[in-house]
Amino acid sequence: MAEVKDIKIKEESAFSFGKDEKKLLSDPLNDNNPITVQVLGVCSALAVTTLLSKAIVMGIAVTFVTAFSNLFTSMLRNYIPKQIRMIVQLVIIAFLVTVVELALKAVNYPIWKDLSVFIGLIITNCIVMGRLEAYAMANKPWKSFLDGIGNGLGYALILIIIAATRELFGKGSLLDFKIIGPTSEYLLNTTDISLLSWYTANNLMILSPAAMFVVAIIIWVQRHYNKKLVDIS
Amino acid sequence: MGDLINIFIKSAFIENLALSYFLGMCSFLAVSKSVKTAIGLGIAVIFVNGLTIPMNWLIDHYLLGEGGLLGMDLTFLRFIIFISTIAALVQLVEMVVEKVSPSLYNSLGIFLPLITVNCAILGASLFMITKEYNFSQSVSFGLGGGVGWALAIVAIAAIREKMQYSHVPAPLRGLGMAFLLTGLMGMAFMGLMGIDPAAFK
Repeated sequence: MAEVKDIKIKEESAFSFGKDEKKLLSDPLNDNNPITVQVLGVCSALAVTTLLSKAIVMGIAVTFVTAFSNLFTSMLRNYIPKQIRMIVQLVIIAFLVTVVELALKAVNYPIWKDLSVFIGLIITNCIVMGRLEAYAMANKPWKSFLDGIGNGLGYALILIIIAATRELFGKGSLLDFKIIGPTSEYLLNTTDISLLSWYTANNLMILSPAAMFVVAIIIWVQRHYNKKLVDIS
Repeated sequence: MGDLINIFIKSAFIENLALSYFLGMCSFLAVSKSVKTAIGLGIAVIFVNGLTIPMNWLIDHYLLGEGGLLGMDLTFLRFIIFISTIAALVQLVEMVVEKVSPSLYNSLGIFLPLITVNCAILGASLFMITKEYNFSQSVSFGLGGGVGWALAIVAIAAIREKMQYSHVPAPLRGLGMAFLLTGLMGMAFMGLMGIDPAAFK
Protein backbone atom coordinates (compact mmCIF):
# COMPACT_ATOMS: atom_id res chain seq x y z
CA MET A 1 0.00 0.00 0.00
CA ALA A 2 2.74 2.38 0.96
CA GLU A 3 4.50 1.67 -2.27
CA VAL A 4 1.46 2.59 -4.34
CA LYS A 5 1.16 5.87 -2.47
CA ASP A 6 4.82 6.65 -3.12
CA ILE A 7 4.42 6.15 -6.83
CA LYS A 8 1.37 8.39 -6.88
CA ILE A 9 3.23 11.24 -5.21
CA LYS A 10 6.08 10.89 -7.67
CA GLU A 11 3.70 10.98 -10.62
CA GLU A 12 1.95 14.06 -9.32
CA SER A 13 5.14 15.95 -8.73
CA ALA A 14 6.02 15.12 -12.33
CA PHE A 15 3.24 17.43 -13.55
CA SER A 16 5.72 20.25 -13.91
CA PHE A 17 6.08 22.47 -16.94
CA GLY A 18 9.69 23.54 -17.29
CA LYS A 19 12.27 23.86 -20.02
CA ASP A 20 12.28 20.15 -20.86
CA GLU A 21 8.53 20.04 -21.26
CA LYS A 22 8.53 23.11 -23.45
CA LYS A 23 11.14 21.49 -25.66
CA LEU A 24 8.93 18.43 -26.00
CA LEU A 25 6.24 20.65 -27.47
CA SER A 26 8.40 22.87 -29.67
CA ASP A 27 10.87 20.32 -31.03
CA PRO A 28 8.44 18.48 -33.30
CA LEU A 29 7.35 21.75 -34.89
CA ASN A 30 10.69 22.26 -36.60
CA ASP A 31 13.84 20.33 -35.70
CA ASN A 32 12.15 16.99 -35.30
CA ASN A 33 9.03 17.40 -37.41
CA PRO A 34 7.17 14.12 -37.85
CA ILE A 35 6.56 14.58 -41.56
CA THR A 36 9.54 16.42 -42.96
CA VAL A 37 12.25 15.02 -40.69
CA GLN A 38 11.12 11.73 -39.19
CA VAL A 39 9.11 10.87 -42.36
CA LEU A 40 6.28 9.38 -40.30
CA GLY A 41 2.63 9.62 -41.16
CA VAL A 42 3.09 10.85 -44.70
CA CYS A 43 0.31 8.66 -46.08
CA SER A 44 -2.66 10.47 -44.65
CA ALA A 45 -0.95 13.86 -44.79
CA LEU A 46 -1.14 13.84 -48.56
CA ALA A 47 -4.57 12.42 -49.07
CA VAL A 48 -6.59 14.74 -46.84
CA THR A 49 -5.02 18.05 -47.80
CA THR A 50 -7.23 19.08 -50.71
CA LEU A 51 -9.28 21.33 -48.42
CA LEU A 52 -8.13 23.34 -45.41
CA SER A 53 -11.14 22.30 -43.33
CA LYS A 54 -10.33 18.60 -43.82
CA ALA A 55 -6.70 19.16 -42.83
CA ILE A 56 -7.67 20.99 -39.63
CA VAL A 57 -10.06 18.23 -38.57
CA MET A 58 -7.46 15.60 -39.38
CA GLY A 59 -4.80 17.51 -37.42
CA ILE A 60 -7.04 17.69 -34.36
CA ALA A 61 -7.92 13.98 -34.64
CA VAL A 62 -4.30 12.91 -34.93
CA THR A 63 -3.20 15.16 -32.06
CA PHE A 64 -5.89 13.63 -29.87
CA VAL A 65 -4.88 10.09 -30.77
CA THR A 66 -1.12 10.61 -30.37
CA ALA A 67 -1.56 12.42 -27.06
CA PHE A 68 -3.82 9.86 -25.43
CA SER A 69 -2.22 6.75 -26.90
CA ASN A 70 1.13 8.04 -25.62
CA LEU A 71 -0.44 8.66 -22.22
CA PHE A 72 -2.10 5.24 -21.94
CA THR A 73 0.88 3.31 -23.28
CA SER A 74 3.18 5.13 -20.92
CA MET A 75 0.92 4.31 -17.97
CA LEU A 76 0.87 0.64 -18.97
CA ARG A 77 4.48 0.45 -20.08
CA ASN A 78 5.64 -1.63 -17.10
CA TYR A 79 2.83 -4.15 -17.49
CA ILE A 80 3.08 -4.81 -21.24
CA PRO A 81 5.09 -7.96 -22.09
CA LYS A 82 7.77 -7.19 -24.67
CA GLN A 83 6.68 -9.91 -27.12
CA ILE A 84 3.12 -8.72 -27.61
CA ARG A 85 3.64 -4.98 -27.21
CA MET A 86 2.74 -4.31 -30.85
CA ILE A 87 -0.70 -5.83 -30.48
CA VAL A 88 -1.34 -4.05 -27.18
CA GLN A 89 -0.34 -0.74 -28.76
CA LEU A 90 -2.50 -1.39 -31.81
CA VAL A 91 -5.50 -2.13 -29.61
CA ILE A 92 -5.00 1.11 -27.66
CA ILE A 93 -4.68 3.09 -30.88
CA ALA A 94 -7.61 1.35 -32.55
CA PHE A 95 -9.79 2.06 -29.52
CA LEU A 96 -8.93 5.77 -29.58
CA VAL A 97 -9.45 6.00 -33.32
CA THR A 98 -12.86 4.38 -33.01
CA VAL A 99 -13.77 6.99 -30.39
CA VAL A 100 -12.63 9.80 -32.70
CA GLU A 101 -14.46 8.35 -35.67
CA LEU A 102 -17.77 7.91 -33.88
CA ALA A 103 -17.48 11.38 -32.33
CA LEU A 104 -16.76 13.00 -35.68
CA LYS A 105 -19.61 11.10 -37.33
CA ALA A 106 -21.98 12.46 -34.70
CA VAL A 107 -20.66 16.03 -34.67
CA ASN A 108 -19.93 16.78 -38.31
CA TYR A 109 -21.27 14.23 -40.74
CA PRO A 110 -20.21 15.91 -44.05
CA ILE A 111 -16.57 16.12 -42.98
CA TRP A 112 -16.68 12.53 -41.76
CA LYS A 113 -17.99 11.53 -45.18
CA ASP A 114 -15.22 13.53 -46.87
CA LEU A 115 -12.43 11.98 -44.85
CA SER A 116 -13.89 8.50 -45.43
CA VAL A 117 -11.29 5.85 -44.73
CA PHE A 118 -8.57 8.25 -43.66
CA ILE A 119 -9.81 8.61 -40.10
CA GLY A 120 -9.54 4.83 -39.83
CA LEU A 121 -6.08 4.99 -41.27
CA ILE A 122 -4.83 6.96 -38.26
CA ILE A 123 -4.40 3.48 -36.74
CA THR A 124 -1.61 2.67 -39.14
CA ASN A 125 -0.36 6.24 -39.15
CA CYS A 126 3.29 5.67 -38.45
CA ILE A 127 3.53 8.77 -36.20
CA VAL A 128 1.35 7.21 -33.55
CA MET A 129 3.12 3.87 -33.54
CA GLY A 130 6.52 5.50 -33.95
CA ARG A 131 6.08 7.77 -30.94
CA LEU A 132 4.80 4.90 -28.80
CA GLU A 133 7.86 2.85 -29.62
CA ALA A 134 10.38 5.66 -29.48
CA TYR A 135 9.07 7.66 -26.53
CA ALA A 136 6.11 6.40 -24.55
CA MET A 137 7.55 2.95 -23.84
CA ALA A 138 10.47 4.56 -22.00
CA ASN A 139 9.11 7.70 -20.37
CA LYS A 140 6.72 8.93 -17.68
CA PRO A 141 3.04 9.56 -18.57
CA TRP A 142 3.02 13.37 -18.32
CA LYS A 143 6.06 13.80 -20.55
CA SER A 144 4.74 11.23 -23.01
CA PHE A 145 1.43 13.09 -23.12
CA LEU A 146 3.25 16.34 -23.99
CA ASP A 147 5.36 14.53 -26.56
CA GLY A 148 2.18 13.23 -28.15
CA ILE A 149 0.65 16.70 -28.28
CA GLY A 150 3.86 18.15 -29.72
CA ASN A 151 4.09 15.57 -32.46
CA GLY A 152 0.41 15.87 -33.27
CA LEU A 153 0.80 19.65 -33.58
CA GLY A 154 3.92 19.29 -35.74
CA TYR A 155 1.93 17.02 -38.02
CA ALA A 156 -1.04 19.38 -38.04
CA LEU A 157 1.20 22.35 -38.86
CA ILE A 158 2.58 20.73 -42.02
CA LEU A 159 -0.89 19.50 -42.95
CA ILE A 160 -2.31 23.01 -42.65
CA ILE A 161 0.49 24.55 -44.72
CA ILE A 162 -0.01 21.98 -47.48
CA ALA A 163 -3.78 22.26 -47.43
CA ALA A 164 -3.76 26.06 -47.43
CA THR A 165 -1.45 26.13 -50.46
CA ARG A 166 -3.47 23.54 -52.32
CA GLU A 167 -6.83 25.07 -51.61
CA LEU A 168 -5.68 28.61 -52.31
CA PHE A 169 -4.22 27.84 -55.72
CA GLY A 170 -6.45 24.93 -56.62
CA LYS A 171 -9.78 26.53 -55.77
CA GLY A 172 -8.90 30.15 -55.10
CA SER A 173 -10.43 29.91 -51.66
CA LEU A 174 -9.56 29.27 -48.03
CA LEU A 175 -12.05 27.40 -45.81
CA ASP A 176 -14.52 27.80 -48.70
CA PHE A 177 -14.14 31.58 -48.51
CA LYS A 178 -13.21 32.99 -51.91
CA ILE A 179 -9.83 34.78 -51.88
CA ILE A 180 -8.50 34.79 -55.43
CA GLY A 181 -10.90 35.43 -58.26
CA PRO A 182 -14.51 36.60 -58.29
CA THR A 183 -17.11 35.25 -55.86
CA SER A 184 -20.11 33.44 -57.17
CA GLU A 185 -22.48 36.28 -56.21
CA TYR A 186 -20.38 38.67 -58.24
CA LEU A 187 -20.56 36.29 -61.18
CA LEU A 188 -24.33 36.22 -61.00
CA ASN A 189 -24.78 39.98 -60.91
CA THR A 190 -22.23 41.16 -63.42
CA THR A 191 -22.19 41.53 -67.15
CA ASP A 192 -18.51 42.45 -67.36
CA ILE A 193 -16.84 39.25 -68.53
CA SER A 194 -13.28 40.56 -68.93
CA LEU A 195 -12.78 40.61 -65.15
CA LEU A 196 -13.75 37.00 -64.73
CA SER A 197 -10.83 35.30 -66.33
CA TRP A 198 -7.88 36.86 -64.52
CA TYR A 199 -7.36 33.79 -62.37
CA THR A 200 -8.26 30.29 -63.46
CA ALA A 201 -8.12 27.76 -60.67
CA ASN A 202 -5.18 25.43 -61.15
CA ASN A 203 -6.71 21.97 -61.12
CA LEU A 204 -3.35 20.26 -60.74
CA MET A 205 -3.15 21.52 -57.15
CA ILE A 206 -6.25 19.52 -56.24
CA LEU A 207 -4.83 16.33 -57.74
CA SER A 208 -2.64 14.14 -55.58
CA PRO A 209 0.82 14.72 -57.14
CA ALA A 210 0.68 18.40 -56.15
CA ALA A 211 0.76 17.39 -52.47
CA MET A 212 4.09 15.71 -53.11
CA PHE A 213 5.50 18.81 -54.74
CA VAL A 214 4.33 21.04 -51.90
CA VAL A 215 5.95 18.74 -49.31
CA ALA A 216 9.16 18.68 -51.35
CA ILE A 217 9.19 22.49 -51.41
CA ILE A 218 8.54 22.66 -47.65
CA ILE A 219 11.46 20.28 -47.08
CA TRP A 220 13.64 22.34 -49.39
CA VAL A 221 12.87 25.61 -47.60
CA GLN A 222 13.20 24.07 -44.14
CA ARG A 223 16.54 22.44 -44.87
CA HIS A 224 17.85 25.56 -46.54
CA TYR A 225 17.47 27.45 -43.25
CA ASN A 226 18.14 24.49 -40.96
CA LYS A 227 21.45 23.19 -42.29
CA LYS A 228 21.85 20.40 -39.75
CA LEU A 229 18.93 18.52 -41.28
CA VAL A 230 20.58 18.21 -44.70
CA ASP A 231 21.05 14.62 -45.88
CA ILE A 232 24.79 14.03 -46.21
CA SER A 233 24.73 10.54 -47.77
CA MET B 1 -14.94 -12.84 -65.06
CA GLY B 2 -14.60 -9.68 -67.09
CA ASP B 3 -15.77 -7.79 -64.06
CA LEU B 4 -12.93 -9.26 -61.97
CA ILE B 5 -10.26 -8.36 -64.54
CA ASN B 6 -11.79 -4.93 -64.69
CA ILE B 7 -11.39 -4.48 -60.92
CA PHE B 8 -7.86 -5.88 -61.05
CA ILE B 9 -6.76 -3.41 -63.74
CA LYS B 10 -8.52 -0.55 -62.00
CA SER B 11 -6.95 -1.19 -58.60
CA ALA B 12 -3.49 -1.89 -60.00
CA PHE B 13 -3.16 1.06 -62.35
CA ILE B 14 -5.91 3.64 -62.25
CA GLU B 15 -6.53 3.78 -58.51
CA ASN B 16 -3.00 2.82 -57.56
CA LEU B 17 -2.76 2.57 -53.78
CA ALA B 18 0.67 4.16 -53.61
CA LEU B 19 0.52 6.82 -56.28
CA SER B 20 -3.06 8.02 -56.28
CA TYR B 21 -4.10 7.41 -52.66
CA PHE B 22 -0.60 7.73 -51.19
CA LEU B 23 -1.07 4.75 -48.92
CA GLY B 24 1.90 2.98 -47.44
CA MET B 25 4.05 6.05 -48.01
CA CYS B 26 6.21 5.51 -44.93
CA SER B 27 7.68 2.25 -46.14
CA PHE B 28 7.39 3.45 -49.72
CA LEU B 29 9.86 6.25 -49.01
CA ALA B 30 12.02 4.37 -46.51
CA VAL B 31 12.54 1.08 -48.35
CA SER B 32 12.89 2.38 -51.91
CA LYS B 33 16.63 2.99 -51.84
CA SER B 34 17.55 -0.17 -53.77
CA VAL B 35 15.62 -2.24 -56.29
CA LYS B 36 16.39 -5.52 -54.58
CA THR B 37 14.78 -4.67 -51.24
CA ALA B 38 11.93 -2.96 -53.07
CA ILE B 39 11.13 -6.17 -54.92
CA GLY B 40 11.16 -8.09 -51.62
CA LEU B 41 8.76 -5.68 -49.96
CA GLY B 42 6.61 -5.54 -53.09
CA ILE B 43 6.15 -9.30 -53.17
CA ALA B 44 5.38 -9.35 -49.46
CA VAL B 45 2.69 -6.70 -49.94
CA ILE B 46 1.06 -8.59 -52.84
CA PHE B 47 1.06 -11.69 -50.67
CA VAL B 48 -0.42 -10.11 -47.56
CA ASN B 49 -2.86 -7.85 -49.43
CA GLY B 50 -4.19 -10.77 -51.48
CA LEU B 51 -4.79 -12.77 -48.30
CA THR B 52 -6.01 -10.20 -45.77
CA ILE B 53 -8.61 -8.48 -47.90
CA PRO B 54 -10.71 -11.58 -48.66
CA MET B 55 -10.17 -12.61 -45.03
CA ASN B 56 -11.42 -9.27 -43.77
CA TRP B 57 -14.33 -9.50 -46.17
CA LEU B 58 -15.35 -12.86 -44.68
CA ILE B 59 -15.03 -11.51 -41.14
CA ASP B 60 -16.94 -8.37 -41.92
CA HIS B 61 -19.67 -10.26 -43.71
CA TYR B 62 -20.17 -13.28 -41.48
CA LEU B 63 -19.18 -11.96 -38.08
CA LEU B 64 -19.61 -8.20 -37.82
CA GLY B 65 -22.46 -7.51 -40.21
CA GLU B 66 -26.07 -7.42 -39.15
CA GLY B 67 -26.88 -10.68 -40.88
CA GLY B 68 -23.81 -12.35 -39.42
CA LEU B 69 -23.44 -15.24 -37.03
CA LEU B 70 -23.69 -13.07 -33.93
CA GLY B 71 -26.91 -11.53 -35.16
CA MET B 72 -26.06 -7.94 -34.27
CA ASP B 73 -24.48 -4.97 -35.91
CA LEU B 74 -20.89 -4.85 -34.70
CA THR B 75 -19.46 -2.80 -37.53
CA PHE B 76 -18.15 -0.16 -35.12
CA LEU B 77 -15.54 -2.75 -34.13
CA ARG B 78 -14.18 -2.85 -37.67
CA PHE B 79 -10.93 -0.99 -37.01
CA ILE B 80 -9.90 -3.13 -34.07
CA ILE B 81 -10.89 -6.40 -35.75
CA PHE B 82 -9.29 -5.55 -39.09
CA ILE B 83 -5.98 -4.48 -37.65
CA SER B 84 -5.86 -7.58 -35.43
CA THR B 85 -6.66 -9.79 -38.42
CA ILE B 86 -3.86 -8.18 -40.36
CA ALA B 87 -1.41 -8.55 -37.47
CA ALA B 88 -2.41 -12.15 -36.85
CA LEU B 89 -2.37 -13.10 -40.51
CA VAL B 90 1.03 -11.52 -41.03
CA GLN B 91 2.32 -13.54 -38.10
CA LEU B 92 0.73 -16.70 -39.53
CA VAL B 93 2.06 -16.10 -43.02
CA GLU B 94 5.50 -15.56 -41.53
CA MET B 95 5.40 -18.92 -39.74
CA VAL B 96 4.04 -20.83 -42.75
CA VAL B 97 6.57 -19.31 -45.13
CA GLU B 98 9.37 -20.10 -42.70
CA LYS B 99 8.34 -23.78 -42.64
CA VAL B 100 7.50 -24.22 -46.30
CA SER B 101 10.13 -22.16 -48.07
CA PRO B 102 13.10 -20.96 -46.01
CA SER B 103 14.65 -19.22 -49.02
CA LEU B 104 11.53 -17.09 -49.58
CA TYR B 105 11.44 -16.45 -45.83
CA ASN B 106 14.98 -15.17 -45.89
CA SER B 107 14.25 -12.74 -48.68
CA LEU B 108 10.95 -11.52 -47.16
CA GLY B 109 11.91 -11.96 -43.51
CA ILE B 110 12.39 -8.40 -42.32
CA PHE B 111 9.58 -6.97 -44.41
CA LEU B 112 6.75 -9.14 -43.21
CA PRO B 113 6.42 -7.60 -39.70
CA LEU B 114 6.80 -4.13 -41.24
CA ILE B 115 3.70 -4.73 -43.29
CA THR B 116 1.42 -4.87 -40.25
CA VAL B 117 1.57 -1.12 -39.97
CA ASN B 118 1.61 -0.48 -43.69
CA CYS B 119 -1.45 1.66 -44.28
CA ALA B 120 -1.86 0.24 -47.79
CA ILE B 121 -3.16 -2.99 -46.29
CA LEU B 122 -5.62 -1.50 -43.83
CA GLY B 123 -6.55 1.17 -46.37
CA ALA B 124 -7.35 -1.43 -49.00
CA SER B 125 -9.47 -3.33 -46.47
CA LEU B 126 -11.45 -0.20 -45.67
CA PHE B 127 -11.83 0.69 -49.35
CA MET B 128 -13.12 -2.83 -49.91
CA ILE B 129 -15.89 -1.99 -47.42
CA THR B 130 -16.75 1.44 -48.82
CA LYS B 131 -16.83 0.10 -52.38
CA GLU B 132 -19.15 -2.73 -51.36
CA TYR B 133 -17.39 -5.51 -53.22
CA ASN B 134 -18.51 -9.12 -53.04
CA PHE B 135 -16.12 -11.94 -52.15
CA SER B 136 -14.56 -12.70 -55.54
CA GLN B 137 -14.34 -9.00 -56.31
CA SER B 138 -12.49 -8.43 -53.05
CA VAL B 139 -9.96 -11.16 -53.96
CA SER B 140 -9.33 -9.42 -57.26
CA PHE B 141 -9.16 -6.02 -55.58
CA GLY B 142 -6.66 -7.29 -53.00
CA LEU B 143 -4.34 -8.81 -55.57
CA GLY B 144 -4.64 -5.83 -57.91
CA GLY B 145 -3.92 -3.35 -55.14
CA GLY B 146 -0.86 -5.32 -54.07
CA VAL B 147 0.47 -5.58 -57.63
CA GLY B 148 -0.02 -1.85 -58.18
CA TRP B 149 1.80 -0.99 -54.97
CA ALA B 150 4.68 -3.37 -55.78
CA LEU B 151 4.97 -1.91 -59.26
CA ALA B 152 5.16 1.62 -57.90
CA ILE B 153 7.83 0.88 -55.28
CA VAL B 154 10.05 -1.05 -57.72
CA ALA B 155 9.78 1.77 -60.25
CA ILE B 156 10.69 4.48 -57.76
CA ALA B 157 13.57 2.41 -56.37
CA ALA B 158 15.01 2.11 -59.86
CA ILE B 159 14.76 5.87 -60.36
CA ARG B 160 16.33 6.58 -56.97
CA GLU B 161 19.26 4.30 -57.76
CA LYS B 162 19.95 6.35 -60.87
CA MET B 163 19.49 9.62 -58.99
CA GLN B 164 22.62 8.93 -56.97
CA TYR B 165 24.72 9.94 -59.95
CA SER B 166 23.13 13.32 -60.46
CA HIS B 167 23.76 16.66 -58.77
CA VAL B 168 20.84 17.59 -56.58
CA PRO B 169 20.79 20.80 -54.50
CA ALA B 170 21.92 19.91 -50.97
CA PRO B 171 18.65 20.69 -49.13
CA LEU B 172 16.68 18.51 -51.55
CA ARG B 173 19.00 15.53 -51.36
CA GLY B 174 17.45 12.28 -50.19
CA LEU B 175 13.99 12.85 -48.82
CA GLY B 176 13.09 15.98 -50.80
CA MET B 177 14.00 14.35 -54.07
CA ALA B 178 12.05 11.21 -53.15
CA PHE B 179 8.94 13.34 -52.67
CA LEU B 180 9.44 15.15 -55.97
CA LEU B 181 9.95 11.86 -57.81
CA THR B 182 6.85 10.34 -56.27
CA GLY B 183 4.87 13.38 -57.36
CA LEU B 184 6.17 13.11 -60.92
CA MET B 185 5.41 9.39 -60.98
CA GLY B 186 1.94 10.10 -59.68
CA MET B 187 1.42 12.46 -62.60
CA ALA B 188 2.66 9.79 -65.01
CA PHE B 189 0.26 7.27 -63.49
CA MET B 190 -2.59 9.71 -63.93
CA GLY B 191 -2.08 9.22 -67.63
CA LEU B 192 -3.38 5.69 -67.09
CA MET B 193 -6.77 7.11 -66.17
CA GLY B 194 -7.41 7.08 -69.89
CA ILE B 195 -7.67 3.28 -69.81
CA ASP B 196 -11.26 2.29 -70.31
CA PRO B 197 -11.90 -0.60 -67.91
CA ALA B 198 -15.03 -1.50 -69.86
CA ALA B 199 -12.79 -2.62 -72.71
CA PHE B 200 -11.80 -5.68 -70.69
CA LYS B 201 -15.33 -6.88 -70.23
